[in-house]
Amino acid sequence: MGTAELIWNGVAALLVLCIYSFLYKDNPFYKFAEHLVVGVSAGYFAMILYYNAFLPKLIHPIRDGKFWYIIPGILGLLMWARFSKKWQWLSRPTLGFVIGSGAGLAIPLYLQNYVIRQLSATMLPVGFTSWPLITNVMIIIMVFCSLTYFYFSKQHKGAFGVAATFGIWTLMVGFGAGFGMTVMGRVALLAERVVFLRDYFAELWGALF
Amino acid sequence: MKFFPSHTNLKSNLFVKALFLFFCFLLIDSSLSFAQEDLSQSWFNPNRVNMLIFLTFFFAIIIFFIQRAKKGKSLFIRRIAGLDAIEEAVGRATEMGRPVLFVPGIEDVNQIQTIAAMIILGNVAKMVAAYDIPLFVPICRPFVVPVAEERVKEGYAAAGRPDAYNRDNVRYISDEQFAYAAGVQGIMLRDRPMANLMFGSFFAESLMLAETGFLTGAIQVAGTANIHQLPFFVVACDYTIIGEELFATSAYLSKEPKLLGSLKGSDLAKAIIMGILALGAILETLGITQFTRWFFIE
Repeated sequence: MGTAELIWNGVAALLVLCIYSFLYKDNPFYKFAEHLVVGVSAGYFAMILYYNAFLPKLIHPIRDGKFWYIIPGILGLLMWARFSKKWQWLSRPTLGFVIGSGAGLAIPLYLQNYVIRQLSATMLPVGFTSWPLITNVMIIIMVFCSLTYFYFSKQHKGAFGVAATFGIWTLMVGFGAGFGMTVMGRVALLAERVVFLRDYFAELWGALF
Repeated sequence: MKFFPSHTNLKSNLFVKALFLFFCFLLIDSSLSFAQEDLSQSWFNPNRVNMLIFLTFFFAIIIFFIQRAKKGKSLFIRRIAGLDAIEEAVGRATEMGRPVLFVPGIEDVNQIQTIAAMIILGNVAKMVAAYDIPLFVPICRPFVVPVAEERVKEGYAAAGRPDAYNRDNVRYISDEQFAYAAGVQGIMLRDRPMANLMFGSFFAESLMLAETGFLTGAIQVAGTANIHQLPFFVVACDYTIIGEELFATSAYLSKEPKLLGSLKGSDLAKAIIMGILALGAILETLGITQFTRWFFIE
């Protein structure tokens, strides 16, 4: 590890420790790291948007004669009208365009991925003669009960209420499994940071002594 | 939110409409020229007819219920328990004289969860304005800021206290996920809100926010349709609004015919899906697979 790398990794290690100091309580070191990351990220994203969106998706196409790219440019400019109390209503067509196009793109995608594909995968053969078939019965019952929980046109009472309660239990079992899996993932991230700190301080020790 | 404010005259309305039509024309024109250039791009994919049928069918159901709602027909929706939790949290913050924090997720305003969060925000702002306590709304995406500002302002106006609205309390923090999470954690620790309301689309920052809020002793109510983040809210919050309940909550609060109609339509769609599921399972068991195959999407 060269001197420059040693210094920059030192800064990284210091910031990691500043962030971890939050585990004790809120303190000036954590505040410093927090403000640094918020400020740096704001500037960093401004530059990313300039180089990855503004230049290649607006300026370059217009320069190449594709003048219809002025349309999104105008829509973007209208957003600046928000700074004026008199003209801030001009930003609404832009917002409407963004919300409408987003919803229009999302609806077919959601229907495809979260409804039809799931439906197709849940239409399973059922029976009580083997474990896979019994498992399929359980899957279908759990899906039915979970859907019942999200039925809002009827009160959860009587048999319907029992099915909805079973549905929420099913969801909680799923959440438990998901929680365990993600916590394991987070522990892996922690381990990676600990290894980084160990290696850095070992390198630093070797360089100094 | 009205598209045109009352002070704009007919001439300016016509100008904006004409401008919009011109944009649409240009968009269609550019799409057509693109299609002519690249003949491999097809306008109709016969392998996805099932999607078209599903979409048309569900849209028809939803439009039917929206029309019913618009005509003033009574559409019953059961009360969502999470609503009581929101009112309780705001009430507790009022008793303690401490602020309310509303976190609308980290996705942009074109995401349906963020839109639902904005509807809930309007109602929370109305409650907060009536109780005269501060409301902080940290924002992750720039496009969400104007919508959140409008919603909070409308909420304060609806409560009869437009003067109490403070624009600085709707704050843009950062586009970067963890920088945003750090900023919100900072607000939780330094401004000490008594009620943390987290509604919208959350990802890996959900546990960080919920855990920090728990440490500050705030009452926390969260709601998201991101299934993978729900476990963290369930363990760290006092009440969690699960998945579609988020949209139902926004429909219930707004009483907007379009939202109520959509919710009723989606309820009927769910019933139909359950029927299709049962039929598919029976046919699969009998060895008839054509029905299931029809639902397969490439």
